[in-house]
Amino acid sequence: MTCTRRDVLRAIGLAALGGAGLGGAGLRLALAQDVRDAAHGRYALVIDLPRWAGLDPAVRRRCVDACHRAHNVPDLSTERSPLPRAERRERHAIRWIREVGFEAAFAAQGHPLLAATLREAAVPVLCNHCDRPPCVRVCPTRATWRRDDGAVMMDMHRCIGCRYCVMACPYGARSFNFRDPRPGLAEIDPGFPTRTRGVVEKCSFCAERLEAGGIPACVEALAAELGEGSPFTFGQVGDGPVARALAERFTITRKPELGTSPHVFYAVG
Amino acid sequence: MTNSGPPRPPAYFASRVFSIAVAVAVGLATSPFWYGAAAGGRPARPAPAIAEAAGEACVLPLDRIRVEHPALLAAWRDEAVREGRRMRGAAGHGAAGLEKSLTGTCLRCHADRAAFCDACHTDLAVAPTCWECHVDPAGVAGGGRR
Repeated sequence: MTCTRRDVLRAIGLAALGGAGLGGAGLRLALAQDVRDAAHGRYALVIDLPRWAGLDPAVRRRCVDACHRAHNVPDLSTERSPLPRAERRERHAIRWIREVGFEAAFAAQGHPLLAATLREAAVPVLCNHCDRPPCVRVCPTRATWRRDDGAVMMDMHRCIGCRYCVMACPYGARSFNFRDPRPGLAEIDPGFPTRTRGVVEKCSFCAERLEAGGIPACVEALAAELGEGSPFTFGQVGDGPVARALAERFTITRKPELGTSPHVFYAVG
Repeated sequence: MTNSGPPRPPAYFASRVFSIAVAVAVGLATSPFWYGAAAGGRPARPAPAIAEAAGEACVLPLDRIRVEHPALLAAWRDEAVREGRRMRGAAGHGAAGLEKSLTGTCLRCHADRAAFCDACHTDLAVAPTCWECHVDPAGVAGGGRR
Protein backbone atom coordinates (compact mmCIF):
# COMPACT_ATOMS: atom_id res chain seq x y z
CA MET A 1 0.00 0.00 0.00
CA THR A 2 1.22 3.51 -0.63
CA CYS A 3 2.60 5.64 2.15
CA THR A 4 1.29 9.16 1.81
CA ARG A 5 2.74 12.34 3.18
CA ARG A 6 -0.08 12.45 5.71
CA ASP A 7 1.00 9.03 7.05
CA VAL A 8 4.55 10.25 7.49
CA LEU A 9 3.46 13.39 9.31
CA ARG A 10 1.16 11.40 11.57
CA ALA A 11 3.98 8.98 12.45
CA ILE A 12 6.34 11.84 13.26
CA GLY A 13 3.73 13.48 15.49
CA LEU A 14 3.08 10.29 17.44
CA ALA A 15 6.80 9.67 17.87
CA ALA A 16 7.29 13.19 19.18
CA LEU A 17 4.49 12.76 21.72
CA GLY A 18 5.93 9.43 22.87
CA GLY A 19 9.41 10.92 23.17
CA ALA A 20 8.10 13.79 25.26
CA GLY A 21 6.42 11.31 27.57
CA LEU A 22 9.62 9.35 28.03
CA GLY A 23 11.56 12.56 28.58
CA GLY A 24 9.13 13.60 31.27
CA ALA A 25 9.50 10.26 32.99
CA GLY A 26 13.28 10.60 32.83
CA LEU A 27 13.14 14.04 34.39
CA ARG A 28 10.97 12.73 37.21
CA LEU A 29 13.50 9.97 37.85
CA ALA A 30 16.36 12.49 37.91
CA LEU A 31 14.59 14.69 40.43
CA ALA A 32 13.79 11.65 42.55
CA GLN A 33 17.53 10.92 42.72
CA ASP A 34 18.13 14.14 44.67
CA VAL A 35 15.36 13.29 47.10
CA ARG A 36 16.81 9.82 47.58
CA ASP A 37 20.24 11.26 48.28
CA ALA A 38 18.86 13.48 50.99
CA ALA A 39 17.15 10.52 52.59
CA HIS A 40 20.27 8.34 52.30
CA GLY A 41 22.35 10.82 54.22
CA ARG A 42 24.15 13.22 51.94
CA TYR A 43 27.03 15.15 53.45
CA ALA A 44 27.45 18.88 53.01
CA LEU A 45 29.53 21.66 54.49
CA VAL A 46 28.19 25.11 55.37
CA ILE A 47 30.80 27.84 55.72
CA ASP A 48 29.82 30.98 57.58
CA LEU A 49 31.71 33.49 55.48
CA PRO A 50 31.57 36.56 57.72
CA ARG A 51 32.58 34.45 60.69
CA TRP A 52 35.50 32.96 58.77
CA ALA A 53 36.61 36.37 57.59
CA GLY A 54 36.55 37.61 61.17
CA LEU A 55 38.87 34.88 62.38
CA ASP A 56 42.47 35.54 63.28
CA PRO A 57 44.70 34.60 60.31
CA ALA A 58 46.60 32.20 62.54
CA VAL A 59 43.38 30.30 63.29
CA ARG A 60 42.57 30.10 59.59
CA ARG A 61 46.09 28.88 58.90
CA ARG A 62 45.69 26.17 61.57
CA CYS A 63 42.52 24.95 59.92
CA VAL A 64 44.29 24.54 56.59
CA ASP A 65 47.28 22.95 58.30
CA ALA A 66 45.07 20.46 60.12
CA CYS A 67 43.85 19.15 56.78
CA HIS A 68 47.24 19.12 55.11
CA ARG A 69 48.99 17.51 58.04
CA ALA A 70 46.38 14.81 58.44
CA HIS A 71 46.73 13.82 54.79
CA ASN A 72 50.45 14.31 54.17
CA VAL A 73 49.82 17.14 51.72
CA PRO A 74 53.25 18.57 50.80
CA ASP A 75 54.31 22.19 50.86
CA LEU A 76 56.22 22.73 47.66
CA SER A 77 55.79 26.45 47.20
CA THR A 78 55.61 28.62 50.30
CA GLU A 79 58.34 29.94 52.53
CA ARG A 80 57.50 27.23 55.07
CA SER A 81 58.41 24.48 52.62
CA PRO A 82 61.22 22.06 53.55
CA LEU A 83 62.46 22.40 49.99
CA PRO A 84 65.43 24.66 49.34
CA ARG A 85 64.33 28.07 48.13
CA ALA A 86 65.48 27.47 44.57
CA GLU A 87 63.27 24.39 44.21
CA ARG A 88 59.99 25.90 45.38
CA ARG A 89 57.44 26.39 42.64
CA GLU A 90 54.00 27.91 42.95
CA ARG A 91 52.85 25.81 39.99
CA HIS A 92 53.69 22.63 41.93
CA ALA A 93 51.56 23.63 44.90
CA ILE A 94 49.12 21.04 46.23
CA ARG A 95 46.20 22.43 48.16
CA TRP A 96 43.21 20.49 49.41
CA ILE A 97 41.72 23.59 51.04
CA ARG A 98 42.89 27.15 50.43
CA GLU A 99 41.79 30.76 50.65
CA VAL A 100 41.00 32.87 47.61
CA GLY A 101 39.52 36.33 47.21
CA PHE A 102 35.78 36.89 46.95
CA GLU A 103 36.01 37.79 43.26
CA ALA A 104 37.89 34.58 42.53
CA ALA A 105 35.45 32.42 44.47
CA PHE A 106 32.20 34.03 43.40
CA ALA A 107 32.97 35.74 40.14
CA ALA A 108 29.42 36.41 38.98
CA GLN A 109 27.90 37.11 42.37
CA GLY A 110 29.88 40.13 43.48
CA HIS A 111 29.48 43.76 42.51
CA PRO A 112 31.56 46.91 42.97
CA LEU A 113 29.58 48.11 45.99
CA LEU A 114 29.75 44.83 47.91
CA ALA A 115 30.08 45.14 51.67
CA ALA A 116 33.70 45.46 52.71
CA THR A 117 33.55 42.46 55.00
CA LEU A 118 32.68 40.29 52.02
CA ARG A 119 34.70 42.04 49.37
CA GLU A 120 37.93 41.70 51.30
CA ALA A 121 37.18 38.28 52.71
CA ALA A 122 39.50 35.39 52.13
CA VAL A 123 37.10 32.65 51.11
CA PRO A 124 38.01 29.05 51.95
CA VAL A 125 37.54 26.91 48.88
CA LEU A 126 37.80 23.16 48.57
CA CYS A 127 36.28 20.39 46.56
CA ASN A 128 32.57 21.05 46.43
CA HIS A 129 31.58 17.37 46.23
CA CYS A 130 29.02 18.16 43.60
CA ASP A 131 25.92 16.15 42.86
CA ARG A 132 26.85 16.13 39.18
CA PRO A 133 30.63 16.35 39.25
CA PRO A 134 32.24 17.16 35.89
CA CYS A 135 35.47 15.55 37.06
CA VAL A 136 33.76 12.19 37.57
CA ARG A 137 32.18 12.43 34.18
CA VAL A 138 35.45 12.88 32.33
CA CYS A 139 37.71 10.50 34.21
CA PRO A 140 38.78 7.81 31.71
CA THR A 141 39.63 5.20 34.33
CA ARG A 142 36.95 5.81 36.97
CA ALA A 143 39.69 6.81 39.37
CA THR A 144 37.26 9.37 40.77
CA TRP A 145 33.63 8.67 41.51
CA ARG A 146 30.77 10.01 43.53
CA ARG A 147 29.80 7.98 46.56
CA ASP A 148 26.20 7.57 47.66
CA ASP A 149 26.78 9.84 50.65
CA GLY A 150 27.88 12.62 48.32
CA ALA A 151 31.64 12.54 48.76
CA VAL A 152 33.58 12.56 45.49
CA MET A 153 36.32 10.01 45.99
CA MET A 154 39.79 9.50 44.58
CA ASP A 155 41.49 6.17 43.95
CA MET A 156 45.18 6.92 43.56
CA HIS A 157 45.87 3.37 42.41
CA ARG A 158 43.80 3.87 39.32
CA CYS A 159 44.66 7.46 38.48
CA ILE A 160 46.78 7.66 35.36
CA GLY A 161 47.56 11.34 35.71
CA CYS A 162 45.86 12.50 32.54
CA ARG A 163 44.57 15.58 34.39
CA TYR A 164 41.28 15.58 32.53
CA CYS A 165 39.57 16.04 35.89
CA VAL A 166 41.76 19.04 36.68
CA MET A 167 40.61 20.60 33.45
CA ALA A 168 36.99 19.66 34.02
CA CYS A 169 36.65 20.95 37.57
CA PRO A 170 35.21 24.47 37.32
CA TYR A 171 36.42 25.35 40.80
CA GLY A 172 40.12 24.60 40.59
CA ALA A 173 39.76 22.19 43.47
CA ARG A 174 42.14 19.55 42.19
CA SER A 175 45.92 19.48 42.27
CA PHE A 176 48.31 17.39 40.24
CA ASN A 177 51.56 16.00 41.62
CA PHE A 178 54.09 17.39 39.20
CA ARG A 179 56.92 16.10 41.33
CA ASP A 180 57.56 13.63 44.13
CA PRO A 181 55.68 15.13 47.07
CA ARG A 182 57.73 13.57 49.87
CA PRO A 183 60.58 16.12 49.91
CA GLY A 184 57.89 18.73 50.55
CA LEU A 185 56.77 16.99 53.73
CA ALA A 186 58.48 18.11 56.91
CA GLU A 187 57.01 15.11 58.70
CA ILE A 188 55.03 12.18 57.37
CA ASP A 189 52.00 10.98 59.29
CA PRO A 190 52.12 7.17 59.07
CA GLY A 191 48.36 6.99 59.54
CA PHE A 192 47.69 8.10 55.98
CA PRO A 193 49.51 7.38 52.73
CA THR A 194 51.28 10.01 50.73
CA ARG A 195 50.81 10.31 47.00
CA THR A 196 53.37 9.80 44.30
CA ARG A 197 54.35 11.88 41.34
CA GLY A 198 51.79 11.68 38.56
CA VAL A 199 48.43 11.49 40.32
CA VAL A 200 45.74 14.04 41.05
CA GLU A 201 44.52 14.70 44.57
CA LYS A 202 41.88 16.78 46.30
CA CYS A 203 39.80 17.11 49.42
CA SER A 204 37.96 13.84 50.09
CA PHE A 205 35.64 15.09 52.84
CA CYS A 206 37.98 13.02 55.01
CA ALA A 207 36.29 9.87 53.79
CA GLU A 208 38.44 7.68 56.00
CA ARG A 209 37.34 9.69 59.06
CA LEU A 210 33.69 9.60 58.02
CA GLU A 211 33.87 5.81 57.72
CA ALA A 212 35.20 5.66 61.27
CA GLY A 213 32.34 7.86 62.47
CA GLY A 214 34.34 11.10 62.66
CA ILE A 215 34.19 14.50 61.01
CA PRO A 216 36.60 16.15 58.57
CA ALA A 217 39.90 17.40 59.93
CA CYS A 218 39.26 21.05 59.05
CA VAL A 219 35.88 21.03 60.81
CA GLU A 220 37.35 19.28 63.81
CA ALA A 221 40.24 21.73 64.10
CA LEU A 222 37.94 24.75 64.07
CA ALA A 223 35.46 23.15 66.44
CA ALA A 224 38.25 22.33 68.88
CA GLU A 225 39.41 25.94 68.91
CA LEU A 226 36.12 27.81 68.60
CA GLY A 227 33.33 25.46 69.68
CA GLU A 228 29.94 26.87 68.73
CA GLY A 229 31.58 29.86 67.08
CA SER A 230 33.19 27.74 64.38
CA PRO A 231 32.40 28.88 60.86
CA PHE A 232 32.31 25.32 59.54
CA THR A 233 29.18 23.24 59.95
CA PHE A 234 29.38 19.72 58.61
CA GLY A 235 26.76 17.04 58.51
CA GLN A 236 23.98 15.53 56.50
CA VAL A 237 21.62 17.72 54.54
CA GLY A 238 18.47 16.03 55.77
CA ASP A 239 18.73 16.93 59.46
CA GLY A 240 20.93 18.37 62.14
CA PRO A 241 23.07 21.49 62.14
CA VAL A 242 23.51 21.62 58.38
CA ALA A 243 19.78 21.55 57.75
CA ARG A 244 19.32 24.26 60.36
CA ALA A 245 22.05 26.44 58.87
CA LEU A 246 20.62 26.05 55.37
CA ALA A 247 17.14 26.92 56.60
CA GLU A 248 18.15 29.94 58.68
CA ARG A 249 20.82 31.60 56.57
CA PHE A 250 21.13 32.93 53.07
CA THR A 251 23.55 30.52 51.43
CA ILE A 252 25.17 30.60 48.03
CA THR A 253 27.33 28.15 46.12
CA ARG A 254 30.11 28.68 43.64
CA LYS A 255 29.17 28.89 39.96
CA PRO A 256 25.58 27.69 40.35
CA GLU A 257 24.89 28.42 36.69
CA LEU A 258 26.99 25.39 35.66
CA GLY A 259 24.50 22.92 37.10
CA THR A 260 27.01 20.89 39.07
CA SER A 261 24.99 21.27 42.30
CA PRO A 262 27.90 21.80 44.69
CA HIS A 263 27.43 20.89 48.32
CA VAL A 264 29.75 23.33 49.97
CA PHE A 265 27.46 26.22 50.93
CA TYR A 266 28.61 29.68 51.90
CA ALA A 267 26.39 31.55 54.31
CA VAL A 268 26.83 35.16 53.38
CA GLY A 269 23.96 36.77 55.25
CA MET B 1 59.71 -28.40 -21.12
CA THR B 2 58.72 -31.88 -20.09
CA ASN B 3 56.94 -32.34 -16.75
CA SER B 4 59.29 -34.34 -14.54
CA GLY B 5 57.33 -34.34 -11.19
CA PRO B 6 58.14 -32.48 -7.93
CA PRO B 7 61.68 -31.09 -7.65
CA ARG B 8 64.04 -33.43 -5.93
CA PRO B 9 65.78 -32.11 -2.78
CA PRO B 10 69.36 -30.99 -3.29
CA ALA B 11 71.92 -33.57 -2.38
CA TYR B 12 73.23 -31.97 0.81
CA PHE B 13 70.00 -32.46 2.78
CA ALA B 14 70.45 -36.17 2.50
CA SER B 15 74.14 -36.19 3.32
CA ARG B 16 75.60 -37.60 6.50
CA VAL B 17 77.44 -34.35 7.29
CA PHE B 18 74.16 -32.52 7.40
CA SER B 19 72.61 -35.04 9.79
CA ILE B 20 75.57 -34.78 12.15
CA ALA B 21 75.39 -30.99 12.05
CA VAL B 22 71.68 -31.05 12.94
CA ALA B 23 72.32 -33.39 15.87
CA VAL B 24 75.09 -31.15 17.22
CA ALA B 25 72.88 -28.03 16.90
CA VAL B 26 69.96 -29.65 18.75
CA GLY B 27 72.35 -30.80 21.45
CA LEU B 28 73.72 -27.29 21.90
CA ALA B 29 70.26 -25.74 21.98
CA THR B 30 69.03 -28.09 24.69
CA SER B 31 72.30 -27.98 26.62
CA PRO B 32 70.88 -25.99 29.56
CA PHE B 33 68.41 -28.76 30.28
CA TRP B 34 70.74 -31.77 30.28
CA TYR B 35 73.50 -29.75 31.93
CA GLY B 36 71.14 -28.81 34.78
CA ALA B 37 69.92 -32.35 35.13
CA ALA B 38 73.50 -33.59 35.29
CA ALA B 39 74.32 -31.00 37.97
CA GLY B 40 71.55 -32.37 40.22
CA GLY B 41 68.51 -30.23 39.55
CA ARG B 42 68.14 -26.50 40.47
CA PRO B 43 71.29 -25.06 42.04
CA ALA B 44 70.92 -24.05 45.66
CA ARG B 45 70.07 -20.40 46.32
CA PRO B 46 70.39 -18.77 49.73
CA ALA B 47 66.95 -18.35 51.29
CA PRO B 48 66.29 -14.72 52.24
CA ALA B 49 66.26 -14.02 55.95
CA ILE B 50 62.72 -12.89 56.69
CA ALA B 51 62.22 -11.09 59.96
CA GLU B 52 59.95 -12.82 62.45
CA ALA B 53 56.53 -11.32 62.92
CA ALA B 54 55.80 -9.67 66.23
CA GLY B 55 52.13 -10.33 66.59
CA GLU B 56 49.45 -12.97 66.62
CA ALA B 57 48.46 -15.10 63.67
CA CYS B 58 48.57 -13.59 60.19
CA VAL B 59 45.39 -12.80 58.30
CA LEU B 60 45.90 -15.99 56.29
CA PRO B 61 47.75 -19.26 57.07
CA LEU B 62 51.41 -19.26 56.09
CA ASP B 63 51.16 -21.43 53.00
CA ARG B 64 48.29 -19.33 51.66
CA ILE B 65 49.66 -15.91 52.52
CA ARG B 66 52.94 -16.64 50.77
CA VAL B 67 51.18 -17.44 47.54
CA GLU B 68 48.20 -15.12 47.74
CA HIS B 69 49.47 -11.91 49.31
CA PRO B 70 49.55 -9.97 46.01
CA ALA B 71 45.95 -10.92 45.28
CA LEU B 72 44.94 -10.29 48.89
CA LEU B 73 46.39 -6.78 48.87
CA ALA B 74 44.78 -6.02 45.53
CA ALA B 75 41.41 -7.21 46.82
CA TRP B 76 41.84 -5.16 50.00
CA ARG B 77 42.74 -2.13 47.91
CA ASP B 78 39.55 -2.27 45.89
CA GLU B 79 37.31 -3.14 48.82
CA ALA B 80 38.73 -0.50 51.14
CA VAL B 81 39.13 2.38 48.69
CA ARG B 82 36.44 1.83 46.10
CA GLU B 83 33.76 0.09 48.13
CA GLY B 84 34.42 1.68 51.50
CA ARG B 85 34.55 -1.68 53.29
CA ARG B 86 37.67 -1.06 55.29
CA MET B 87 37.19 -3.50 58.14
CA ARG B 88 37.64 -7.22 57.79
CA GLY B 89 34.82 -9.24 59.22
CA ALA B 90 31.70 -11.03 58.17
CA ALA B 91 29.48 -7.99 58.07
CA GLY B 92 31.82 -5.96 55.92
CA HIS B 93 31.57 -2.22 56.36
CA GLY B 94 32.19 -1.11 59.93
CA ALA B 95 32.55 -4.59 61.39
CA ALA B 96 34.99 -5.06 64.22
CA GLY B 97 38.30 -6.63 63.29
CA LEU B 98 41.40 -5.74 61.42
CA GLU B 99 41.51 -2.90 58.98
CA LYS B 100 42.36 -3.72 55.38
CA SER B 101 45.49 -1.64 55.51
CA LEU B 102 49.04 -2.33 54.42
CA THR B 103 50.59 0.06 56.91
CA GLY B 104 47.93 -0.34 59.55
CA THR B 105 47.61 -4.13 59.65
CA CYS B 106 50.45 -5.87 57.80
CA LEU B 107 53.16 -3.61 59.13
CA ARG B 108 51.73 -3.74 62.63
CA CYS B 109 53.32 -7.18 62.94
CA HIS B 110 55.96 -7.13 60.19
CA ALA B 111 57.25 -3.83 61.44
CA ASP B 112 60.27 -3.27 59.22
CA ARG B 113 59.47 -3.64 55.55
CA ALA B 114 63.14 -3.63 54.61
CA ALA B 115 63.72 -6.71 56.73
CA PHE B 116 60.51 -8.41 55.73
CA CYS B 117 59.04 -7.44 52.37
CA ASP B 118 62.25 -6.36 50.67
CA ALA B 119 64.19 -9.44 51.84
CA CYS B 120 62.30 -11.67 49.42
CA HIS B 121 61.47 -9.09 46.81
CA THR B 122 65.02 -7.90 46.15
CA ASP B 123 66.21 -11.49 46.08
CA LEU B 124 63.67 -12.26 43.39
CA ALA B 125 64.12 -8.94 41.52
CA VAL B 126 60.51 -7.91 42.17
CA ALA B 127 59.87 -4.21 42.74
CA PRO B 128 56.27 -3.53 43.78
CA THR B 129 55.45 0.15 43.96
CA CYS B 130 53.55 0.08 47.27
CA TRP B 131 56.03 2.22 49.12
CA GLU B 132 55.91 5.12 46.70
CA CYS B 133 52.71 6.09 48.47
CA HIS B 134 52.11 3.84 51.44
CA VAL B 135 54.06 4.85 54.47
CA ASP B 136 56.63 2.58 56.07
CA PRO B 137 56.65 3.76 59.70
CA ALA B 138 60.18 2.45 60.25
CA GLY B 139 61.39 4.40 57.24
CA VAL B 140 59.87 7.69 58.31
CA ALA B 141 60.59 7.43 62.00
CA GLY B 142 62.82 10.28 63.08
CA GLY B 143 62.04 12.44 60.10
CA GLY B 144 63.08 10.13 57.29
CA ARG B 145 61.09 10.15 54.10
CA ARG B 146 61.25 6.57 52.87
